[in-house]
Amino acid sequence: MDLRFTEEEVAFRKEVRDFIRQNLPAKTRERLRLGYSPTKQDIVDWQRILNRKGWATYKWPKEYGGTDWSPTQRMIFQEENQLGHAPEVNGFNITMIGPVIIQFGTPEQKARILPRAANLDDWWCQGFSEPGSGSDLASLKTAAKQVGDHYIVNGQKIWTSTAHMADWCFALVRTNPNARKPQEGISFLLIDMKSPGITVRPIISIDNSHHLNEVFFDDVKVPVANRVYEENKGWDVAKFLLGNERTGIARLGKSMERINYARELAREVRQNGRPLIEDAGFRSRVAKLQVQAKALELTQLRVVSKAASASDGKPDPFSSVLKIKGTELLQDTAELVMDIAGPLAMPDWAKELDSLNREAGDNEPRIGPDWAGYAAPPYLMLRAASIYGGTNEIQKNILNKAILRL
Amino acid sequence: MDFDLTEDQRLLNDSIARLLADRYAFDARRGYIKSAQGWSQEMWDKYAELGLLGLPFSEDYGGFGGNAVDVMMVMEAFGKNLVLEPYLATVVLGGTAIRLAGTEAQKGDLLPRIVDGSLKLAFAHSEQQARYDLSDVMTTATKDGAGWVLEGAKSVVFHGDCADTLVVSARTAGDRMDPAGLTLFLVPATTPGVARRGYAMRDGTRAAEISLSGVKLGADAVLGTVGKAMGTIEHVTQAGIAAMAAEAVGACEAAHDMTLEYLRTRVQFGRPIGQNQVLQHKAADMLIEVEQARSMAMLAAMMVDESDAAERARNISMAKVGVGQSGRFVTQTAVQLHGGIGMTEEYAVGHYFRRVMAFEHVWGDSAYHLGLLADQVA
Amino acid sequence: MELRFTEEETAFRQEVRDFIRTSLPSHISERLRLGYPPTKQDVVTWQRILNRKGWATYKWPKEYGGCDWSPAQRMIFQDENLLGHAPEVNSFNITMIGPVLIQFGTPAQKERFIARCANLDDWWCQGFSEPGSGSDLASLKTAAVRNGDEYVVNGQKIWTSTAHHADWIFALVRTNPQARKPQEGISFLLIDMKTPGITVRPIISIDGSHHFNEVFFDNVRVPVSQRVYEENKGWDVAKFLLGNERTGIARLGKSLARLHDMRELAPQLRAHGGSLLDDPGFRERIAALEVRAKALEITQLRVVSKMMQKSDGKPDPFSSLLKIKGSELNQDTSEMVMDAVGPLAMPDWARELDKLSSEGSNDPRIGPDWAGYAAAPYLMHRASTIAGGTTEIQKNILNKAVLRL
Repeated sequence: MDLRFTEEEVAFRKEVRDFIRQNLPAKTRERLRLGYSPTKQDIVDWQRILNRKGWATYKWPKEYGGTDWSPTQRMIFQEENQLGHAPEVNGFNITMIGPVIIQFGTPEQKARILPRAANLDDWWCQGFSEPGSGSDLASLKTAAKQVGDHYIVNGQKIWTSTAHMADWCFALVRTNPNARKPQEGISFLLIDMKSPGITVRPIISIDNSHHLNEVFFDDVKVPVANRVYEENKGWDVAKFLLGNERTGIARLGKSMERINYARELAREVRQNGRPLIEDAGFRSRVAKLQVQAKALELTQLRVVSKAASASDGKPDPFSSVLKIKGTELLQDTAELVMDIAGPLAMPDWAKELDSLNREAGDNEPRIGPDWAGYAAPPYLMLRAASIYGGTNEIQKNILNKAILRL
Repeated sequence: MDFDLTEDQRLLNDSIARLLADRYAFDARRGYIKSAQGWSQEMWDKYAELGLLGLPFSEDYGGFGGNAVDVMMVMEAFGKNLVLEPYLATVVLGGTAIRLAGTEAQKGDLLPRIVDGSLKLAFAHSEQQARYDLSDVMTTATKDGAGWVLEGAKSVVFHGDCADTLVVSARTAGDRMDPAGLTLFLVPATTPGVARRGYAMRDGTRAAEISLSGVKLGADAVLGTVGKAMGTIEHVTQAGIAAMAAEAVGACEAAHDMTLEYLRTRVQFGRPIGQNQVLQHKAADMLIEVEQARSMAMLAAMMVDESDAAERARNISMAKVGVGQSGRFVTQTAVQLHGGIGMTEEYAVGHYFRRVMAFEHVWGDSAYHLGLLADQVA
Repeated sequence: MELRFTEEETAFRQEVRDFIRTSLPSHISERLRLGYPPTKQDVVTWQRILNRKGWATYKWPKEYGGCDWSPAQRMIFQDENLLGHAPEVNSFNITMIGPVLIQFGTPAQKERFIARCANLDDWWCQGFSEPGSGSDLASLKTAAVRNGDEYVVNGQKIWTSTAHHADWIFALVRTNPQARKPQEGISFLLIDMKTPGITVRPIISIDGSHHFNEVFFDNVRVPVSQRVYEENKGWDVAKFLLGNERTGIARLGKSLARLHDMRELAPQLRAHGGSLLDDPGFRERIAALEVRAKALEITQLRVVSKMMQKSDGKPDPFSSLLKIKGSELNQDTSEMVMDAVGPLAMPDWARELDKLSSEGSNDPRIGPDWAGYAAAPYLMHRASTIAGGTTEIQKNILNKAVLRL
């Protein structure tokens, strides 16, 4: 056991850091530093830069453009991206549909989908949750009936992140309503978002942003060739997808970056006539978060190195620990930044910010310093972090089922 | 020690509850938000009719001679329904300032107009650089013959965009952080040199940035004693904390009720999710924190009129910490137990969440007040 | 609504405080101030002093020696006792068996037990929990078989606090193993601890003290006249007992006393080269606990005043809230004291302290007087969220009675 990084790992970290510093567009960097969400274009630009370097698909197998990095290198790469204010690559493309196609896709599907997913030529979204099927995903009802060489899809998905930006949707649909168990009648389809009969309705979230959607399917024709894996075996694909490479799930680098950012801000902001950073209560709050981040970092390293030596390909239930602690830390660090802004975090700038994102150089006067206006939205939006991808309550059920066995 | 409501208070409570049940359903509220001024004039008139606007003022000025407990009840009901009208700004903040510091002439002129609904006020004290420090005032008032000239800017002034008259603090002496040397002025919003930029807050209520540029005022614009406003400013914010604490409790209670309803009706895995003991215990934790917050809001109401300023400040700080921490827990948990729907603009629970968040970010959050209390431990 | 104390209430507080100051023997208050538990004799002495004054049984109905105090007065009295470092009265006597006998006892039972109970002439203990019956109390198995005008009792109780001090035990026993529901076959018996066939075995707890016991019953003969209420209706008695006047359940005064004492103790302790009181982190810890204590104080008053107005005699489920928050505060204040003391809280003085209590031993201490008993209350308070219905069970009660999920 050696918990220190090797010389090679330290050198690798430097290489990644230098690359990001030299290649990440300054406007993207600044936007993320201030706490704004990246625009679609920010993500596309950065993912293509990474893809040219061969790093966008670092998690994929070598023969599909992967990098063969060690678990520690992967973690360092993620962390440096987040610390360097780089957007995260589109997770639907890189962590979800890419690995699914590599594992289950036909040669034709691989050739058609993988390079475009890697280069973000296609923006993917995920059609899993339905109004009646949240934690109990297998109860989903969206129906696909085979007619000739097409499926006709009818139903509704909800909480579909970035559906309004997406070119394609991978969706779970019910192909056999009479299956013995609900899991056994589900198939995994790839659906072109331009297909007639698809309607996307925005859901505005409590940070006033448009990130989530409802997606309605009304007699949508999907070629059978766009089914992944066997009919009625879609649940196996979904399980693979949800369990696949969950080590990035803690998004620890993001929390660490927010802690650094908070310390920076607290030097500017004053309380009782002194910089906030000199306030004992504030300091101990930051110190506690740093301790939690350190513990999570080590736990993550342990999980990652275990995953490297496990060969059964099954998801490690311990990644639920990373999800729970990681999302709590994301929430608490976002709350820290918001609390620093104090009353200036409360005016609702959403509209102004959207216009800033659209037309750089927007001159709308701000209320207080630039960063204050975007201090609250990440806090609001991150309340969802402990809900999506399996609520933290569900994660604890997973831990119980797989490890505690009570 | 007596926790019973009087017969009058019970009647008042019932009539507010009835009015809001009729006129303040969540969809109606969304309509009020979308209107140009962001709240309902019609509801404001109803409050005047019911006597809510005159509640804390003496009968001499047409008021009802009520006390902080009456205001607490109103604010709790407002919190349950996420009321948008400028009650806090006008009756609690502006009204307290005038009640505490006004001359007989000022009270006789202004209070009856608050009571009948024709005068709206805003308390323009906070500035952008000040965060939570009450004595951090850079706006200046300089003598101009018998009168004064104001220069400066005020920030996140609740309902500053619709107020007819602003209660503005300005420095007549001393340095930036000096608690001495502050003076309050009554500034009609139409006075030349007053510019306002209104906007929505994250919880849907309205606020404004106000700039004051060469604003000329007569000697009679001074509210209270020149250079000695700090005590009044503190007392006004304490009244604001007490009122908003009650409002936050109302919001927490409503969020808890909604959560219970959701746990009973949302079915996953073939049964209501509320049958999971882990969620039952979370709901029990919420109940406990709602009640603890309610106790603290009562403490704040009881202490608003305490004459010992140090004792009053200490207890109000305790209430701010207690309600703030419990409120964060209750509303965060309410969102969590709702899942995705709790994250959406079109569902009420996220609005309760943000109203409590707004309470936390005015006049010092729980960490700030805990720091004040800790300083007094030594 | 008026939330401030009235002048009368303030005067009452002064009266109680003065009485405690002038009447509580100083060796007792000093022992409790240092964090030591009271000895049996301490409890007996103080309860008899209170009883002479008419205050030991203040919660009882007036005709049985109660005081007719308002909720505020009751709270003031409890708080002042704990703030004044007085022992708590024996609650098995005062809060449990006394009210049970007043409610359910025969005239003969009342005559025989109540006065002695008030004066602590009999020390009572409670035989409820069994090895297999903790949270699920109604599953208890200790059997009482009727034989003429006696029951013959066989079985085992556990976690029996102060059984080794006790003269009497009130116990739940199974008189009908065939009952349709387990609750319906239980009776409530009063058992003399000197009866042949009773064995008490100590359980030493994690603070090194002897507080808990196992009690074994081997063909113990109990006269039928010592059954309270009807046969097989003991569960009703137990429910009454567990729900009865639970307002003291928060033991708030104890937490307040610790917070109060901490302000005196902290200047003597050092941190970062100054006094512990100069450490803003520690000050915030005290302040945060004081905020919680204040909220609980008001909630407690609200619950008590609500209970006093109700006439149905049913327990208020909100007392579960007091139990949960009060026990957490007991734990967290005792943890604060232990943490303040630091390394000197770690040596195990239990044996020396026992000697001090019994023989006035002069063993040299490790560090100042108060350091040696700083850890024990923290350890013992881990039981606060377990005993009398765990915190988890209290939340179940809240769910069943209030949330109804």
